[in-house]
Amino acid sequence: MTALAALIRRDIRIALRVGGGALIGVLFFLTVVVLMPFAVGPDLAQLARLGPSILWLGALLASLLTLDRLFMADHEDGSLDLITMSRTPLELACASKALAHWLAAGLPLIVATPVLGLLLNLDMVSTGAVALTLLAGTPALTFTGMIGAALAVTLHRGGLLMAVLVLPLSIPVLIFGVAASQAAITGPLSFGAPFSILCALSLVSLVIGPFAAAASLKHGLD
Amino acid sequence: MTLIDLANPSRFLALSARVLPWLAAATVILLTIGLYQSATAPDDYQQGATVKIMFIHVPNAWLSMFVWGVMSVASLGTLVWRHPLADVAAKSAAPIGAAFTFLALLTGSLWGRPMWGTYWEWDARLTSVLILFLMYLGLMALWRAVEDPSRAARAAAVLTLVGAINLPIIKFSVDWWNTLHQPASVMRMGGSTLDKSFLIPLLVMAVAFTLLFVTLHLAAMRNEILRRRVRSLQMMQASQKAA
Repeated sequence: MTALAALIRRDIRIALRVGGGALIGVLFFLTVVVLMPFAVGPDLAQLARLGPSILWLGALLASLLTLDRLFMADHEDGSLDLITMSRTPLELACASKALAHWLAAGLPLIVATPVLGLLLNLDMVSTGAVALTLLAGTPALTFTGMIGAALAVTLHRGGLLMAVLVLPLSIPVLIFGVAASQAAITGPLSFGAPFSILCALSLVSLVIGPFAAAASLKHGLD
Repeated sequence: MTLIDLANPSRFLALSARVLPWLAAATVILLTIGLYQSATAPDDYQQGATVKIMFIHVPNAWLSMFVWGVMSVASLGTLVWRHPLADVAAKSAAPIGAAFTFLALLTGSLWGRPMWGTYWEWDARLTSVLILFLMYLGLMALWRAVEDPSRAARAAAVLTLVGAINLPIIKFSVDWWNTLHQPASVMRMGGSTLDKSFLIPLLVMAVAFTLLFVTLHLAAMRNEILRRRVRSLQMMQASQKAA
């Protein structure tokens, strides 16, 4: 347990210090959201309608961007070998790394959401709904993206290949995240059903992600 | 003859060479019968002649999921039993599965145009099959991105097993979400809702397409084994020249 806590503390510290790049995700998120009015036009009513989708898409891309380095840096300096050889189960170590990554890179995205919602002309209720769905959904993005990160480190190929592999897995999260926030804002449909499915997706990925990532690390590193 | 006897590629090559002509012949015969029966099947009272698209569309859609199932079993073979031919099976199945999925999407789209009035609809089953297609493409990209086949095999096996979660979602999407795509009508509790005049040609076509897959898969596996042999021979030759 102490080993896992130490791992989480270490990862958060590395992410927040110089060269960590956790906050680059937020900056990227901001840039994507700022780009959108240029693409769809500065019509405020339309932006308010598209707002939840834009925020979700931005958060998805931002979390994917930072995930690339989840195992890569540890692999380069050799600490990944120590983690795989240590007595703590690799699945739990992977889960702690993903948790640390979510705390360092996922939470800031949710904190930034109200400010970005302001830019997109979203009112308080809509912003709250989007932030809530992001809070429930981004763990799923991190934990499924971890599988791609583990594959990328064993293959020595990152970047675009990882995006191609991980993006299809994140489609259900995107569907239900946007559906839940739209339901809270306008929809005649209830907020509860898509939100519960979103939470379920997060919980399922919490179980599958660490196992798949640990399996690909175990079989892939040699 | 057990599965482990096939672990020797030479033995697999010999056996598959003997089986392949018979399989190919059976595929051709069944496909001919199936196509004839589907062509002579009566028109639907509502859909008219377009219902005949079903005889191509449904087997393709079944196969698109069946092939991923085959790849998942092969992936277990790679990760758990370390069967030497498992990764060959998984690798050579991916492009065939992608082709079946593409044909299912294409025929579905062509069928959707006269029936639903649109080529594409973001409905649960269409979307989940599209995701399946994207995952086939991602898997093929993964196989091509890594030179070392055994390293690529293990990574692809993990991804295949994760992707297998999509299969039940596709199967039950039409029951869970009430969408445009019709619910399950052949394999369901309480028997099929399809009339016999449609059901029999459909089942013949399904068996024919499955045989077609097995034939193509065996041939692709043989090609892959031979390709690997050529590659190792070339590498041996290169290293001898260097020495």
